[in-house]
Amino acid sequence: MSYIDAENLVKQYGAGEATITAVGGVDLGIDKGEFVAIMGESGSGKSTLLSMLGGLNSPTSGRFLVDGVDVYALTSDERADFRRRSVGFVFQNFHLLPYLTLAENVMLPLAIVKMGKQQKLAAAIDALARVGLPDKATRLPNQISGGEQERVAIARAIVNHPRVILADEPTGNLDTHTGSEIMKLLTTLNHEGITVIMVTHSNEYARYARRLIRLSDGRVADEETKLQCSQSRRVNADRTQKRRKKSRKKVRL
Amino acid sequence: MTLKNIVISNLRRRKARALFVLVGLLIGVSTVVGLISLVKEMKSDMNHKLEMYGANILIVPKTENLSLTYGGMSLGGISFDMQEIRQEELAKIKTIKNAANVAAVGLMVLGPITVGGHRILLAGIDFTAAQILRPWWSVKGKMPTTEDGVIIGSEASRVIGLTAGDKVTIRGREFPVTGVLETTGSQDDGLIFAPLASAQGILGKQGRISLVEVAALCSGCPIPEMVKQISAVLPSGNVMAIQQVVKGRMETIGHFQKFSYGVSALVLLVGCLMVLVTMMGSVRERTVEIGIFRAMGFRKSHVLRIILLEAGMVAAVAGIAGYLAGLGATRLLLPLFTEGQGHAAVTFDPVMAAAAFLASIMLGIAASLYPALMASRLDPNEALRAL
Repeated sequence: MSYIDAENLVKQYGAGEATITAVGGVDLGIDKGEFVAIMGESGSGKSTLLSMLGGLNSPTSGRFLVDGVDVYALTSDERADFRRRSVGFVFQNFHLLPYLTLAENVMLPLAIVKMGKQQKLAAAIDALARVGLPDKATRLPNQISGGEQERVAIARAIVNHPRVILADEPTGNLDTHTGSEIMKLLTTLNHEGITVIMVTHSNEYARYARRLIRLSDGRVADEETKLQCSQSRRVNADRTQKRRKKSRKKVRL
Repeated sequence: MTLKNIVISNLRRRKARALFVLVGLLIGVSTVVGLISLVKEMKSDMNHKLEMYGANILIVPKTENLSLTYGGMSLGGISFDMQEIRQEELAKIKTIKNAANVAAVGLMVLGPITVGGHRILLAGIDFTAAQILRPWWSVKGKMPTTEDGVIIGSEASRVIGLTAGDKVTIRGREFPVTGVLETTGSQDDGLIFAPLASAQGILGKQGRISLVEVAALCSGCPIPEMVKQISAVLPSGNVMAIQQVVKGRMETIGHFQKFSYGVSALVLLVGCLMVLVTMMGSVRERTVEIGIFRAMGFRKSHVLRIILLEAGMVAAVAGIAGYLAGLGATRLLLPLFTEGQGHAAVTFDPVMAAAAFLASIMLGIAASLYPALMASRLDPNEALRAL
């Protein structure tokens, strides 16, 4: 049994003939400390699956267990507690609150935790230091770059020391260089023992994951491990090289 | 970082929205405070005027005879033959529950005398109490300061030809006339007024009283209740309220009070609707934010507390500002309602201030309850899909 277990998870919207199946029976097992990338076309059910894995979206059927606990059998408040203790969310659009400083944004998950003011601040500064922004605690979100905002979003996700980070297109709004830095940061956190589950469109960023799950029409179409990922990337690279060589020959002809 | 910090930061960012809620409640609270203060001060002013009218309770001896006077015409068969009240019994008036509300007790002994061949009524009174009981009296000359002095009603003065400075002989005793009453339009115009003890001596009614006038302060003491209390301690007296004056004035205030409460309720309702609509808008505007809170592990109750705390904080400010605004408005308007008499002074009332403060918070929270519940029940996933 894995740390995270999804058993035939189904999510449907609407009713009758208008029923749309966003996730159509996903079986998944993710171990502690894994770095999983979920890929797929738009509408393949990636984000819906991620929200279900985060305890935010009740499945129409199926079970979702974390450390043996059926998350959707919990009450709404218990599920909120589960999210607070176990999950850190990183959103594509960062979603920092514009009226709070970076430190205050990072401290948000601690607002409902019984901790001293100084302890909370220290935890926020520590989290900001981990993402490389220890000296920008008093700035407002609109005073920093997009990459830095994403880092703050990650700091907010880790301030509670969660066991899992769920990242929905964390590089979606960033340039390649900044995106790579964010991926390195997620990798570092993963190396520190945090399980990372990331939804992405990018093959480039997916290579940071040790496991790749491809979704198609709400189902797992394909799964690759790091080795397989590397091999497939090599095959893809070889094919690309061959195509380039062919096209060069054509040009010469 | 606590929920309170989130609320304060959000209020700072959304100043216009907070101001809108504030104004809605402020108008409501200030209207209620203004109207209640106005009614209170008007009551006080009317009570003062009522006191100016003099006595509002009359005590006469119990009798089996009916009065045969009408429109100032005496048809015989009454008054002076009736039993008198014993003076020592009247001290009991000061023992009634509402004794503090008795402003003055005027004892009067009445009896007919002959002066210069004219039959005239002599009234023995306490001139100190008379100044409270008959504030409209205006004397040409001065009030008697000794037991020998008398004053004469204007009509009596004309008929018997006496003016201030003259001397009048009553049953062999000579009294200086210290003053003559200006015309009052009442029975007082035809009387001679002497000090109570002297009149009792002249009339041979020592220790006897013909009637008692009581001036009661009406504020917080319903006259009918005081009538009952006096009747209980004076079984030999027939205690009557001067009903027309009391009832009429009280009814007027009562109607205005009801109208004020109606207007207050209406304005408060509008204020609450303003708060409700504004808070609903605020919740809709913050859907994503609420989704983020919920994703981070905030419980429904945390979201509820954030919204209610926000409403409560704004409402608290509205309560204080509303009270002060209401007080200011009352100060401005009071002269219009009290004909600028200046008897009623609007002062800081800590009880009303506390009531306004608490009522504002309660109304703000009540009006925000539905939006807060709506926010707390937002499906976090749906909220985040609004991204």
